[in-house]
Amino acid sequence: MQRRLHRTAGRMAKMVVLATAVAVLFSLPALGAGRVTMLGTWGGQELEAFLKVLEPFEQETGIEVEFTGTRDLVAVLTTRVAAGNPPDVAALPNPGQMVELAAEGHLVDLSKVLDMQTLRSQYAPVWLDLGSYQGKLYAIFISADLKSLVWYNPKAFAARGYAVPTTWDEMMALSDKIAGTGATPWAIGLESGAASGWPGTDWIEDIMLRTAGPEVYDQWVAHEISWTHPAVRKAWEIFGQIARNPRYVYGGTTGALSTNFGDAVSFLFTEPPRAYLHRQATFIQSFILQANPNLVAGKDYDFFALPPIDPKWGTPALGAADMVAMLRDTPEARALMRYLASPEAQQRWVAALGKVSANRAVPMEAYRDPLTRKAAQILVSAQVFRFDGSDLMPAAVGSGAFWEGILRYVGGEDLDSVLESIEAQAQDAYGR
Amino acid sequence: MRRGGAWAWGFTAPALLLIGFYLAYPTLATIYLSLLDRQSQRFVGLRNYVDLFSSNAMLTALRNNVLWLVLFTTLTVGLGLALAVLTDRVRYEAAAKALIFLPMAISFVGAGVIWKFVYAYRPAGAPQIGLANQIMVMLGREPVGWLITQPWVNNLALIVVGVWIWTGFAMVVLSAAYKGIPKELLEAARVDGANEWQVFWRISLPVMQSTVAVVATTMVINVLKVFDIVYVMTNGNFGTEVMANRMYKEMFQFRHFGRASAIAVILFMAIVPVMLANIRRFRQQEATR
Repeated sequence: MQRRLHRTAGRMAKMVVLATAVAVLFSLPALGAGRVTMLGTWGGQELEAFLKVLEPFEQETGIEVEFTGTRDLVAVLTTRVAAGNPPDVAALPNPGQMVELAAEGHLVDLSKVLDMQTLRSQYAPVWLDLGSYQGKLYAIFISADLKSLVWYNPKAFAARGYAVPTTWDEMMALSDKIAGTGATPWAIGLESGAASGWPGTDWIEDIMLRTAGPEVYDQWVAHEISWTHPAVRKAWEIFGQIARNPRYVYGGTTGALSTNFGDAVSFLFTEPPRAYLHRQATFIQSFILQANPNLVAGKDYDFFALPPIDPKWGTPALGAADMVAMLRDTPEARALMRYLASPEAQQRWVAALGKVSANRAVPMEAYRDPLTRKAAQILVSAQVFRFDGSDLMPAAVGSGAFWEGILRYVGGEDLDSVLESIEAQAQDAYGR
Repeated sequence: MRRGGAWAWGFTAPALLLIGFYLAYPTLATIYLSLLDRQSQRFVGLRNYVDLFSSNAMLTALRNNVLWLVLFTTLTVGLGLALAVLTDRVRYEAAAKALIFLPMAISFVGAGVIWKFVYAYRPAGAPQIGLANQIMVMLGREPVGWLITQPWVNNLALIVVGVWIWTGFAMVVLSAAYKGIPKELLEAARVDGANEWQVFWRISLPVMQSTVAVVATTMVINVLKVFDIVYVMTNGNFGTEVMANRMYKEMFQFRHFGRASAIAVILFMAIVPVMLANIRRFRQQEATR
């Protein structure tokens, strides 16, 4: 009995030692300086590109960046923030999220971290404003996507004698002409998993800017005008003239609703093409090349700016951007933020993905192909630039009722009832 | 030995603490949160509940949960029962049962993704990439937007996925019960001139009754929690919303903690009676043993 007790005690002591050793071993990397945790949505090609961006940083500083990618960023971030375990740095999905996090006090004021003077010289004021909340800078933009583009297949256009339209009416006339031959002019894909519907919101936003102008657009985004306002209604109707017309859209409304946003563009490159026009942001280039690696930019695929509707408002540019914010103030996180704010890092990022830079210090030569350069030029020269409105609205509207509304409207529901239900959601979400 | 008192408490304390920490506390905290506002700061009374029951999305979710409840439970239990009895009569029973049970090993998210491919839609004339529509085309029909067409086609399409996963489970449990029926009982009935149909309805089923009830209640609880399939395949769009998905949206997308908690409480309330029925049945069974 006595001896057994001894043996048990000895075994227990051994286990305690072992457990302590294991615990120390696992906490070592946490103690040792040189680690940053980062959360973002990137996966696949984007993740590869981002890891390449990080390479020089990790080599120079010896700081290891632990990047976690998740398509469900908001859920993961919400949970981790609520649990008191936020990542050091996060790539936020949109300014709306940033404002919510900043308002709750979870973000670090970047003016303490970055040289504001340099930032002001490199970024247009609009970008700094979009990254600020109540006068403090909370996020920087490492790249931008230009959304107001219509992609087409120049060879198919040439073969059939179609000209690139320069006004909305010309574009609709072209659509009619294509539909008249028994073909379908538009490829639309609204499916995007849990985010289905978002491609339609870009349409509405672009049309709003072209029919109502930037001031009304801003009022709409801030919910100073109702969703049932005639200007909003009109934008939806113009969208509906294309999206709800089965003669215009490949596969009709069922096709638009069930096609993934990344797949729709490939209908332009079949022989014969199943569709001729596709409205989508700059990022779609990587999808085009993924599905058809042999296509050449500018020859096999190209884009034109979504034409103006009301000449009064010209050709405004709608865009979105990748933004990075800091949630924990550590020396390593500061170093990473400084690096990501640099033109060198951003140059690597945009060059790898065919994105456009928001940073003026990134040279035009950084773009690997003439198309991206063209997009950058449209972005820089646009009289009016507006950020993707759905990204600025509270999530319950911008990534909730608005997305859902698009699907319901394209699915055939009456416009009034769609707009009324978005309005009801908006009154609830904005009025807090 | 002294009985009861401190010793009893001492021995039950770990269990009580665990239950308190993992069950009672979260339940009470959720009920409390459901009475607070979006950021859990101000008391709003029953407003979250009123809002929920007056929102279209939530009413659709309720309707669909009832639809799931009826169809999913009937189909899993019905098919499970039929398969349990039928596989019992074939030589390749093990293989057949293994095949039917297999989907159980697939996660719901995985099953959702697989079936999303099965239901994939391409317009007529284009090569179909989804199995379901390829079959339609081979039968000379138009392809169908399985996940788009409201309100029956898409909800049924989703329920089929759930049934595909869970039928195996129902079958295995019911099969065990079926094999537990004394063979003399069935033989006696047959000797008395009962046909197979009568044997099943008059002998087998009544004997298995309690197992069927247990499987059915398990399915009911499963179905009230259904989330993954809907989230992955439609995210509740096109009138396919269910309560658990709504809860996820309110919580993680819209960051409305009050409403999300209120949905959790509603789900909890709906499950409690089923649980109680289950427990009572269990007690009765124990008593008659």
